[in-house]
Amino acid sequence: MKTKIYQTPSHPDANLKQYILGYTVSVLFTLSAFFLVKNTVFTRNVLEYVVASLAISQFIIQIVFFLHLFNERNPRFRLLVFLLMLAIVLILVVGSLWIMANLNHNMTLPSQIRYMNNQGGGF
Amino acid sequence: MTATSQQFEIEHVSLADLRKEESPSIFENVSFGFFVYLMTDLVLFASLFAVYAVLHKNIANGPSGYNIFNLNTVLAETLLLLTSSFTCGLTLLSLRTKKKITVLTNLAVTFLLGLGFLLIEINEFHHLVSIGDSWRVSGFLSSFFTLVGTHGLHITIGLIWMIYLAFRLYKTGFSRANLRRFTIFTLFWHFLDVIWIFIFTVVYLMGMLKL
Amino acid sequence: MLYFASFFLGKLNRHAIPTDMVTLGAAVSIVLGLIFGAILITYFHKWKYLWKEWLTSVDHKKIGIMYIIVAVLMLIRGGVDALMLRGQQATSVGVHHGYLSSSTFAQVFSAHGTIMIFFAAMGLMFGIINLVLPLQIGSRDVAFPFMNLTSFWLFVAGMVLVNVSLGIGDFSAAGWLAYPPLSELRYSPTVGVDYWIWSLEIAGIGSLLSGVNFFTTILKTRAPGMSLTKMPMFAWSVLCTTSLIIFAFPILTVTLTLLYLDRTMGMHFFTAAAGGNMMMYVNLIWAWGHPEVYILILPAFGIFSEIVATFSHKRLFGYRTMVGALVSITVLSFTVWLHHFFTMGAGADVNGFFGIMTMVIAIPTGVKIFNWLFTMYKGRIKFSQSMLWFFGFVGLFTVGGVAGVILAMPPADFQLHNSLFLVAHFHTMIVGGVLFGYFAGLSYWFPKIFGYKLNEKLGRISFYLWFSGFLLAFVPLYILGLLGATRRIDHYSASLGWQPLFIIAGLGVLVIASGVFMMIIQHLVSFINRDKLKDKTGDPWNGKTLEWSVSSPAPFYNFASIPVVHSRDFYWDIKNIIKHEPKEITDVLMPKNSNHAPIIGFISILFGFSMVWHIWWLSLVSLLLIIIVIFNRFNDENPNYLLRAEEIIEIEQSHLRLKES
Repeated sequence: MKTKIYQTPSHPDANLKQYILGYTVSVLFTLSAFFLVKNTVFTRNVLEYVVASLAISQFIIQIVFFLHLFNERNPRFRLLVFLLMLAIVLILVVGSLWIMANLNHNMTLPSQIRYMNNQGGGF
Repeated sequence: MTATSQQFEIEHVSLADLRKEESPSIFENVSFGFFVYLMTDLVLFASLFAVYAVLHKNIANGPSGYNIFNLNTVLAETLLLLTSSFTCGLTLLSLRTKKKITVLTNLAVTFLLGLGFLLIEINEFHHLVSIGDSWRVSGFLSSFFTLVGTHGLHITIGLIWMIYLAFRLYKTGFSRANLRRFTIFTLFWHFLDVIWIFIFTVVYLMGMLKL
Repeated sequence: MLYFASFFLGKLNRHAIPTDMVTLGAAVSIVLGLIFGAILITYFHKWKYLWKEWLTSVDHKKIGIMYIIVAVLMLIRGGVDALMLRGQQATSVGVHHGYLSSSTFAQVFSAHGTIMIFFAAMGLMFGIINLVLPLQIGSRDVAFPFMNLTSFWLFVAGMVLVNVSLGIGDFSAAGWLAYPPLSELRYSPTVGVDYWIWSLEIAGIGSLLSGVNFFTTILKTRAPGMSLTKMPMFAWSVLCTTSLIIFAFPILTVTLTLLYLDRTMGMHFFTAAAGGNMMMYVNLIWAWGHPEVYILILPAFGIFSEIVATFSHKRLFGYRTMVGALVSITVLSFTVWLHHFFTMGAGADVNGFFGIMTMVIAIPTGVKIFNWLFTMYKGRIKFSQSMLWFFGFVGLFTVGGVAGVILAMPPADFQLHNSLFLVAHFHTMIVGGVLFGYFAGLSYWFPKIFGYKLNEKLGRISFYLWFSGFLLAFVPLYILGLLGATRRIDHYSASLGWQPLFIIAGLGVLVIASGVFMMIIQHLVSFINRDKLKDKTGDPWNGKTLEWSVSSPAPFYNFASIPVVHSRDFYWDIKNIIKHEPKEITDVLMPKNSNHAPIIGFISILFGFSMVWHIWWLSLVSLLLIIIVIFNRFNDENPNYLLRAEEIIEIEQSHLRLKES
């Protein structure tokens, strides 16, 4: 029994190479997103998609190289919880935006729309 | 089963032994539990992002993001936080060296980078409030201050936590309990950087794209 | 002078004491009850015992009992609120205006909903989970015993804040979910909504921590050999419930905080001016609120799965489909929230989508009902009181579920939204589903916790009173709803002819109250006859899961040696196999009791109170104190003590002697 108690903990292994790689790539992505926006390299519409995909790529990079989510041994409960969290977050954010856009569309009077256009903003 | 047939065999453990090193199951439970907590925190931030996404156009005669954001300072903030996330990882790795001075130096660098980030953010908030663009102005500014401020609050907690970690390490050295403490703190700090990627992109970069 | 007063006391002044007789009476009676309790404890010299053995205990079974005591007190308080509401509605017709003012009535229904959901139902749920779960999965305790106690004390802190609002200030009059703009400062200028916000915020953080705790407990501390597919169904339901808690409660925390920021900092999230959007509040609160109702019902499903199989002496029918149903309910419950506001402006596409999703979620629920019925089919059913609650549940829950599917159709919902039909529907689900489930579970596991069984006859009488009282109280509401009576109505015209139905509903509440009274009698009688009802074997119902393999009441260390599990209904499979090999007993590291958790709870009350009344210096001080207490706890190098093997053997042998006698 005693030997069992004193095994080393099975924490996700971290190593220097992964950290340096993750850091370099993250800095590169951050800088390129910054300069693309700063100099408005593409049209605004295209830029939105570009920076969004840069953000998502950087997110994945950090999940892999900093948080070591995929280093877990079986059973991979962390990964499971993470994926469930992603699903809930997507449902919540996309659902909220869909619902709110729909509500605004249906519940805004034409006079309000004109007013808000004049104010340069809106719902 | 008759009761009298039941025999017991005794095995003793020494309390001193158990106290010297905590059992690995504690490490596993705590790091997993903390990971789950971080997932709940991500949902919390996701709700704030949803609120921001819904309200960010509601500027109500106030300024829009384009008018108030200074992308250069935000880039500085981003790089500071990213670097501190990196040095935080180095801190965890340096625990293997078993040299207090190395670990504490790494931790101090992480702390200072985080502090720098926080000071820039406070400065940005202070500037906005002083020119009259406070959270009272519009739905957009309310959600901006709350989303970014919640992140800043987490950073503040992280800074206090780092002081505590330094104190623990200095006092009790390289025990398994301290390895556990550093591991979950590293998770927390990386996680804050992950959140910041989205604040940087969704709030600042995309805010600059919308005139 | 005035400046100092406002610095030290915030918004608090002598006008905070209510002048309205009903509220004042309630506050005074609560204070008198507390003083009476304190005198009793002092007289019997039990303060030290109470503090050492209960309030600071990290034993999950004791925490569970404390949860249930608090929840039952809150059930009674919420029940009194319900009686007041129905009393008003039965008498306030035409020229008569009842005995409650409109604002008191609004406070009472807000308090009724808040208390019943957050402090009665959630309290019972966490109580039962605490009592049973670690025993059922073969664990010595939860993953984080100290955090478990802290969660309990945060729950208590929230409960205290709700009740403090009776005597100091007022409570929210904006309904149990406090929709803006009514709950915004402009329309609710008193501290009522702030009380509501902070009691839920603090209790909600406690629930979130509990969720993380039990989620980790199930995934990390199961007995060796118990794979997820060998786990008892109750444990599965708790796994699903806790995963709902950990993903839904952060949304509540955010929503409440934003409302508070609106009210205090002048922000514009949900205001009607300056770019606020009140519909975002409704959207967010239901994104939490809908999973919340499944958080409450899933453990009830788990309890019934245990009870039906045990009392039918058959294995649970369709284990895999049961798990599948639980998991799909868990995921689907996040995709239906808009059905709470079909009428608030969404278009046909959005309403159609969420209507269909709502109907889809009825399918796994139906699967579960059929599985229980098939489990009973050709079984040797024992009609115990726990089974009676199940039979009541099946009938009511199916009817309520069908009413729910009716409400899921947007065109029908446009007629029924905010009517008493809706009120009747969700009470059928929450009383007939959730409460009946928890009552069944309490009578089923009672001997495991207290060592003696509950009186069967009185339990049956209580069930019949509850069941008939429920029908009397809520069938009229279905009819009234279809006639057009809106919820939260405190006065109506005599020409509508609703009064007889409201009187019947009020009588129904009285019958339910007598059911509660009968439950109290049942517990008293059982306690007096506890020697006769003693459970000597530790297995009074021929149970199939691990909790029945230990003595009753369960020893504080749960298992003398951790069992190794080989099959699904493990205890059924092994209980008749004679074991000759000696049991190996080792010393066990047990968590020490902790003073920190109740202290955190007390300071949280101060914190919440100061946030409600804008006493900022106190908020700051209490926040600092909480941080200090937490660091103090973290610095405790020896939070555990060693329980010697000899002590365990002594307790085990006394149990064996009892079993033999």
